[in-house]
Amino acid sequence: MPEAVAMREAFASTLVELAATYPNLVVLDGDLANSTRAEVFEQHYPDSFLEMGIAEQNLMGVAAGLATVGFIPWLSSFAVFLVNRDLDQLRMVVAQPNLNVKIGAGYSGLFTARTGKTHQDVSDLSVMRAMPNMTVVAPADAVEARLAMQVATASPGPWYVRLVRDATPVLFGSDYQFVPGEVVTLRSGTDVTIVGTGVQTVRALGAADLLAEVGISAEVLHAPTLKPLRPDALIRSAEKTGHVVTTEEHTVIGGLGGAVAEILGEHRPTPLSRHGLNDLYLESGSNDDLLQKYGLTPRHVAEAAQKLLRRA
Amino acid sequence: MQTAVDQELLALRKTAREARRLVVQAVHHSKAGHLGGPLSAADVLTALYFKILKIDPERPHWSDRDRFIMSKGHSAIGLYAVLALRGFLPVDELQTFDQINSRLQGHPDMTKLPGLDMSSGSLGQGLSPGVGMAIGAKLLGKDFHTWVMLGDGEIQEGQVWEAALVAERYNLDNLTAILDYNGLQQYGWTVSVANGKRQPRISIENPRQRWEAWGWNVLEMDGHDIGDILQTCQKALAVKNKPTLIISRSIKGKGVSFMENDYNWHSKVLTDAEFAQAMTDLAQPVEGE
Repeated sequence: MPEAVAMREAFASTLVELAATYPNLVVLDGDLANSTRAEVFEQHYPDSFLEMGIAEQNLMGVAAGLATVGFIPWLSSFAVFLVNRDLDQLRMVVAQPNLNVKIGAGYSGLFTARTGKTHQDVSDLSVMRAMPNMTVVAPADAVEARLAMQVATASPGPWYVRLVRDATPVLFGSDYQFVPGEVVTLRSGTDVTIVGTGVQTVRALGAADLLAEVGISAEVLHAPTLKPLRPDALIRSAEKTGHVVTTEEHTVIGGLGGAVAEILGEHRPTPLSRHGLNDLYLESGSNDDLLQKYGLTPRHVAEAAQKLLRRA
Repeated sequence: MQTAVDQELLALRKTAREARRLVVQAVHHSKAGHLGGPLSAADVLTALYFKILKIDPERPHWSDRDRFIMSKGHSAIGLYAVLALRGFLPVDELQTFDQINSRLQGHPDMTKLPGLDMSSGSLGQGLSPGVGMAIGAKLLGKDFHTWVMLGDGEIQEGQVWEAALVAERYNLDNLTAILDYNGLQQYGWTVSVANGKRQPRISIENPRQRWEAWGWNVLEMDGHDIGDILQTCQKALAVKNKPTLIISRSIKGKGVSFMENDYNWHSKVLTDAEFAQAMTDLAQPVEGE
């Protein structure tokens, strides 16, 4: 097994690292700094750490105001609150004026410390992708999360960066470069393409191992950016394998599956299976139990690929 | 005999009357838009933009300028009229209000018109960016002041109170909110109906107690008395360690006889006869004229 690191630790250390370069970087916290690890930033830069309390709507508006006077606000809270509780604020005072606000969406997906459906966001990528001016990123590991935060901080406009609470395997080495919009080929294959995003990409690689055992050659792509999403690598791979499975720790509606279906539907219609959460809310449980019950393990991804190959 | 101060107040009263005329003309021309709120706010906006705010129409992006946020974004045309009179845009451009390709959107859009410090429209959201600007000024060591105009109806939104709490926590004495307390909102709670005329309850009672309880310094003024407005705003600027709320007692539809205190004129298209009457009303001499 590769080394495992939690993205939230990378979130905290990267904020500290970035503040040395960007004195105008501030962190706005929604009373969750000891969960998101933004507390580490406060220890290093107490004056640039702004506690906003349990009031996300105001937090978003304050961030917008700070952005207009030259600051780069990074937001620290849970994905489920930053996307849903202040959606209208995000729309009107951040996305519409295209302000320089960076959303560090912690505790995304299933790993929310057994808190259950109220704290699990299964549709954040769809909602954020539908929002004009928003760049949407779901890194696969702590290395990519750090690189995405660096690019986000250096780029104007609002960014949504999907982060994960618990340790997940490190995929990328120090030579990896994150390019917004670009789809990365992690493994070459000829029979089926599996496209992953976020930490689900790790499970897509596991699925490719399982498929290899039964003689199926899977190509694995990683789409760290949901918007913008460059179509070329997806189209090339679809032409090569003739079968595409998308997989995500997220609803199959409007996220990665939706984005890939839109691209292939327009450019290269290809037999497609969208794998992920099937339009439902989840429950409390251990990470492993949730992945098993809701079908997000490598075995489930491999089965989706086999089913597609049988169908096509 | 008129003193210099009297002359200045007279000039501001005339400017506010001109702003009201421009509001009515623009809304009549476009056949859509809000009237009651812009008319209730016209005197305060005039006093702010002509006397209080440190601004420069030639440099709308000047980084040390005072900030102003029109949180009740449906009063946009009132702000545009005053900005035009102050030189931020040509007065003729008001005729493009809320029409296609205009910089003057139905609700303020900071990406279109230089001079707007924040976009607004969805209510209850303006105080929060004001808190952000005020915190930003303190972090930057700058002395610009941030002003936010709130509608009395929109402070029913919970976000306003979130912002009020944080403003108090950060001791934002460089932030002043002005509550345009005309008492009416678009519809409100029905109190009575007599002779087919519906009477709504006042938008929100006891604003002073509510804001003081949230740790704010609270001042009150007559929102149609330019002299009182100027004095009260100066008092707000002198307050230390606390944000200030100014309750600006005003009349919705102020200056047009048939609109005053009638919630139906929140947003309504004028007939040509009503337009003529409104312009006659707004040709009456102001105090001291």
